[in-house]
Amino acid sequence: MSFIPVILWSDALVFLLLAAGMLVVSYVRQHEYLRLPWRRVAKNSVAMVSLLVLSLFLLVGLLDTLHYRVELKDKNAGKTVYSPEVLSVFDKLVEPLRLHTEKTYSAPLATNLYSKESVTDVSGNIVREYSRLQYAGGQKEGSRDVLRRALFGGIAGFIAAGLLIGIRRAFLHRSPFPVRAGWVQSPVIFAALSIAGLIGMTVNLAGAYHVLGTDKVGQDVLYLSLKSIRTGLIIGTVTTLVTLPLALFLGVAAGYFRGWVDDIIQYIYTVLSSIPSVLLIAAAVLMMQVTIDTHPNWFETAASRADLRLVFLCLILGMTSWTGLCRLLRGETLKLREMEYIQAAQSFGVSSLRILSRHIIPNVMHIILIALVMDFSGLVLAEAVLSYVGVGVDPSMISFGTMINGARLEMAREPMVWWALAAAFGFMLVLVLAANLFADAVRDAFDPRLNRTEGDL
Amino acid sequence: MIAYLIRRILYAIPILIGVNLLTFALFFVVNTPDDMARMQLGIKRVTPEAIEHWKEQHGYNKPLLVNRGVKGIGKITDTIFWQKSASMFVLDFGFSDDGRSISREIYTRMGPSMAIALPTFIIGLLCYVSFALLMTLFRATALDIAGVSLCVVLMSISGLFYIIGGQFLISKLWHWVPISGYGEGAFKFIVLPVVIGVVSGIGSSSRWYRSIFLEEIGKDYVRTARAKGLSELRVLFTHVLKNASIPILTGVVVVIPLLFMGSLLTESFFGIPGLGNYTIDAINAQDFSIVRAMVFLGSLLYIAGLILTDISYTVVDPRVRLT
Amino acid sequence: MSLLKVNNLVTGLANGVAIVDGLSFDIAAGETYALLGESGCGKSMTALSLMRLLPDGVSNRSGSVELGGILLTGLAEREMRSIRGAQMAMIFQEPGLSLNPVMTLGAQIAEVLVLHQGLSGIKAHQRCIELLDGVGIPDAVRRVNDYPFQLSGGMKQRVMIAMALAGKPKLLVADEPTTALDVTIQAQVLQLLRDTQKHTGMAMLLITHDLGVVAQIAHRVGVMYAGQIIEQASREDLYAHPLHPYTQKLFAALPHAERSDQTLAAIAGAVPALGSIVQGCRFAPRCDQAWELCSEQTPTWTNIAKGQGVRCHLYDSSRVKVTSGEEGLTNNNFAPLPQSIPHSQTSLLIVNDLRVYFPIRKGILQRVVGQIKAVDGVSFSLSGGRTLALVGESGCGKTTLGKSLLQLIQSTAGSIQFDGSELRGMHKRFRQRASMQMVFQDPYASLNPKMRVAEILEEGMSAGNIGSNSIVRQTQIDSLLDKVGLARNSKWRYPHEFSGGQRQRIAIARALAVSPRLLICDEPTSALDVSVQAQILNLLKSLQHELNLSYLFITHNLAVVEYLAHEVCVMYLGRIVERGTVKEVLQHPAHPYTQALLSAVPRIDLTQGEYLKLEGDLPSAADPPAGCHFAPRCRHANSICRTAFPPIVQRSLTHAVHCYLA
Repeated sequence: MSFIPVILWSDALVFLLLAAGMLVVSYVRQHEYLRLPWRRVAKNSVAMVSLLVLSLFLLVGLLDTLHYRVELKDKNAGKTVYSPEVLSVFDKLVEPLRLHTEKTYSAPLATNLYSKESVTDVSGNIVREYSRLQYAGGQKEGSRDVLRRALFGGIAGFIAAGLLIGIRRAFLHRSPFPVRAGWVQSPVIFAALSIAGLIGMTVNLAGAYHVLGTDKVGQDVLYLSLKSIRTGLIIGTVTTLVTLPLALFLGVAAGYFRGWVDDIIQYIYTVLSSIPSVLLIAAAVLMMQVTIDTHPNWFETAASRADLRLVFLCLILGMTSWTGLCRLLRGETLKLREMEYIQAAQSFGVSSLRILSRHIIPNVMHIILIALVMDFSGLVLAEAVLSYVGVGVDPSMISFGTMINGARLEMAREPMVWWALAAAFGFMLVLVLAANLFADAVRDAFDPRLNRTEGDL
Repeated sequence: MIAYLIRRILYAIPILIGVNLLTFALFFVVNTPDDMARMQLGIKRVTPEAIEHWKEQHGYNKPLLVNRGVKGIGKITDTIFWQKSASMFVLDFGFSDDGRSISREIYTRMGPSMAIALPTFIIGLLCYVSFALLMTLFRATALDIAGVSLCVVLMSISGLFYIIGGQFLISKLWHWVPISGYGEGAFKFIVLPVVIGVVSGIGSSSRWYRSIFLEEIGKDYVRTARAKGLSELRVLFTHVLKNASIPILTGVVVVIPLLFMGSLLTESFFGIPGLGNYTIDAINAQDFSIVRAMVFLGSLLYIAGLILTDISYTVVDPRVRLT
Repeated sequence: MSLLKVNNLVTGLANGVAIVDGLSFDIAAGETYALLGESGCGKSMTALSLMRLLPDGVSNRSGSVELGGILLTGLAEREMRSIRGAQMAMIFQEPGLSLNPVMTLGAQIAEVLVLHQGLSGIKAHQRCIELLDGVGIPDAVRRVNDYPFQLSGGMKQRVMIAMALAGKPKLLVADEPTTALDVTIQAQVLQLLRDTQKHTGMAMLLITHDLGVVAQIAHRVGVMYAGQIIEQASREDLYAHPLHPYTQKLFAALPHAERSDQTLAAIAGAVPALGSIVQGCRFAPRCDQAWELCSEQTPTWTNIAKGQGVRCHLYDSSRVKVTSGEEGLTNNNFAPLPQSIPHSQTSLLIVNDLRVYFPIRKGILQRVVGQIKAVDGVSFSLSGGRTLALVGESGCGKTTLGKSLLQLIQSTAGSIQFDGSELRGMHKRFRQRASMQMVFQDPYASLNPKMRVAEILEEGMSAGNIGSNSIVRQTQIDSLLDKVGLARNSKWRYPHEFSGGQRQRIAIARALAVSPRLLICDEPTSALDVSVQAQILNLLKSLQHELNLSYLFITHNLAVVEYLAHEVCVMYLGRIVERGTVKEVLQHPAHPYTQALLSAVPRIDLTQGEYLKLEGDLPSAADPPAGCHFAPRCRHANSICRTAFPPIVQRSLTHAVHCYLA
């Protein structure tokens, strides 16, 4: 079976971000003053556990970003035709989860449907019963099987992770990774082992059960939750591609040049920030929707349409959220430009552009970094709200927002269907909490107001 | 003071013009009225006649900026820009798609919005500041660490969860108050949204106030106060609180006028007939006139909030004289 | 009978490093005890541990503090609160930051009265006014309702003193009370402290780094170094014959007119990091009289004469080698400087009627309604290889003047001729940029923390296209580092790895990188300790001889002027009121302001002349007094002084003064 790789707009942006991230890492490793705060982050075990969780999420998101389309069997006039369905490497990896759809709701780890349905039994009578799920439990019954699978999976995961860490330790002295100090701490190892156990458990169970149940149309909730990760990550990171350059250049320029440059930039950001952001986003998204809807011929596949909408959503979020950072940077630059080392550079006749790039920007970098990691969690949360309001991602795109939106009416059902909501909120909580804890550690490590002595010792 | 206010109001005008132009561009230039008509009428089966009819019905059958067909002042006034956008400066918001006056709707829906938003704001502020003061008083102890951790967890939870979870627990499980609605005996309808509104803000706000208090407590004047023999509680309440209120006001006063707009999520979940709900309905129904009106109203109130913030500084900070 | 007894006090960080290490001293009622030391020696921490107001992470680990028979170290926090503000009060270094900005002066003082005197309401208010009146706040009845921002720095410190006195304390702890103030204001505040002590009979613990202040006010002195008292004596004994090599060096490092042809006795190196020396004398690494024993064995306290003691092996009774203080002083070799190369008589810099005005905007349209005349018609000239000192108190416009010469601030009118060409109105990146450079006041703010030393030094070269390629530049950087006395390998390090004095050397090297002919030095030593200041002054002096540099030296420190400068201009409120050679101006001052300024400088030879008290504060440059700006504070002023700025009066070829009375 052959396939063609598909690079959606959002994929391209993710790759761009990845490249930028690598550049930043190599830049940081060359500069002692940048390495120092990161070493402080590495010594913080809460931060490292958060980073571990975030990296797992990131891994899922990245695998879900490698898209392709499969070749169809029947050819159209001799030409190869590819399926309109865009799949990702992640989809392929968890294919059973994706394909094992039931008829309708089933509870987590259940073997039967959640609601009665009319079936014809062996004797031809129509009876109403909780029928067996197609893809759950196999021949075996009950909680004993679940327990056994959980136990085996957990132990397997635990051992695998233990081996990995052991190998890493053995080769530690050769590791080029600059934050190695953080990895040998016992809380981090403990967390890594538990997470590995949890993953092993889930993987082993997911082979035979719907670990988090199924939704109204019978889709596996675990699959939906994992797919939502990419959407959340993209909203949280790609948006920064818009915010960062706008806020950085406008903020620094306004603070450094002052005068009419400052007036114009201040005017722009006051106008933008004076509109309540939800309304501005809503207005922009509605207009984008009109454009997309009136030009259906632009898109080859439904996925590319949903994807473009996601990219535009990031763009719109970026356009509305750069003002805060811009104001912050302007204020900081106003302070910095009065610093004596800037005046020393001016008295050498160093050009403004060079002063900006050599003196101002390196000295506001910590603000940018702190703002970016802090914004990330806010954006992930905002996606859910916007999707609920109806101005978020495309309804066909799997995200935390669409999951919540789809499931929230089910709270009113008797008996209640709670697992889809719980899964969405749970995954979101883990992601956002990890991001917040990591952001806190980063802020503490970079905040120049906290006096430290380790640099001198 | 008066001169300052006049200047600030004069400054506000170009901002509002900017907002107006921005929304005009968003709503009429990015997509033409024809696109909107097609969208509203359904993409598949539209005839040019139907489009013309829709445009005429909604007053979009005019040129955007300049009407060359008309003489005199009409060249400017008989246009979409003048009638749909510029008219908002006199708070004339026109009519919604179902033909009702938007200004009238705003007027009647302001009440319910305020009934939720104002108590949430006031109770919330009191709770957050008290919690933050408590953490500050016990700083660097287990209580403080627990408080901060709680804040981080609370702020990592989606706002939607507070609403859905709160509705489920308090209304559905315990049957304390009605799940949603608004009307006679408004109090019982208000309690739940207010409680949820307050709880959902605890995490981020208390943590922010705590950091402000901690920054103040490291300043020299606090040491002076302690050197006088004042107790830590007195230092916190008379000295720190007063100074910390300056940065707190910056973030707080600006939202007061915006309380009129209500909260989108809360109102729609609890069926409060306020402005937030109105906006959500308009977004879902793609009623652009209402969205446009709310955008303009929002920025008007925001600018009012900025001016209010400046005035509030003169109350708490003797150093600020508005000139 | 001593009021305060401190015995073996140890205060340290949580990780075990001691900041104050075994301090013992006592103060009698009515006595002023000064703790003298350079920054980082633990003197402020001592004060805070007495008050039990230590910052988070620092705690009192052992030792005892007894005040009037009460053991403070054993008190519960609640009991301690009744001592603070009542038995012992404290004033701080930064009066501007130490007062609550959003409370009226009355309210802040009344807090003490309510808490410790049981006064309230109208009685407390009355007492507030009395207290303010007592510390010399004019118009106290009205001022009591003012906020701190409405007062000048000197006034704020007076309010702090009033607040401290409100509880009628037996002991006043004054932590660098005058360091943030100008000399004339400092003299006022010291006078006030002295008078207050006379009236109330309270004891005073003065924390300071300034030998001059100690000479003026202290009865007994403890010299601190690296957390320990290394010498203790009465003021007279200490100034007459300092015993410890460190104390001797401190005195020798002070710049002075008589030493202007010598290098100053700088103390090499810097104060050791906290807790780095566990064995031996803490001063040994920097001491030129140290021998093996000093680094092996910790010296014990030795009482030499009545009241004078020292912690030094030189005076150990078991040791033979006993040297007297006089000998110690002569041991310092003051190397004579090479004869000055004759300076050229042509002027390198000619400034004529330079004005720098900043507009004041007001009203709805923000129209310009007035001007702050920061520099108001200044003229002077400076020839090659010479040093011109620009002296004045803060707010007189001297820094603005320096920056406007460099075109960092746009001047409003006048002319600046440098080496024959007019600089005003030139493009920002004009050719002569490199010939004039600046050394800034704060070595922590003047180096970009994100750049290596090599990058910092190279910046000016690449901007001025000096040195064809990076190899040439690297060799130049090496020789620059040699010149300013830094190791060559320090060029790969970041500024935060250097001490204040080393940073100032880097800043000087940066300026020298473009081979300037004129250096504008804006208070280059005021942020440094005395011993380090001496290093920098020595460096500047030798560079001048070596490179034939001209200096425009902006300072408020007259001792530095005496040592370094050839000519002096005295500035007051944007104008130069007196100029001349150092000898003429400092020894025969003609302008009443110069006279007052000179009389206010504390002298260390204990022969303080009469202080010509200067009333009030510097007026605002936005609304300067008519006529002679100094007239309202001048005791000789008559009606003509208040009508027009006095014309220049030439007292000699070089000495000129703007005064009707001269």
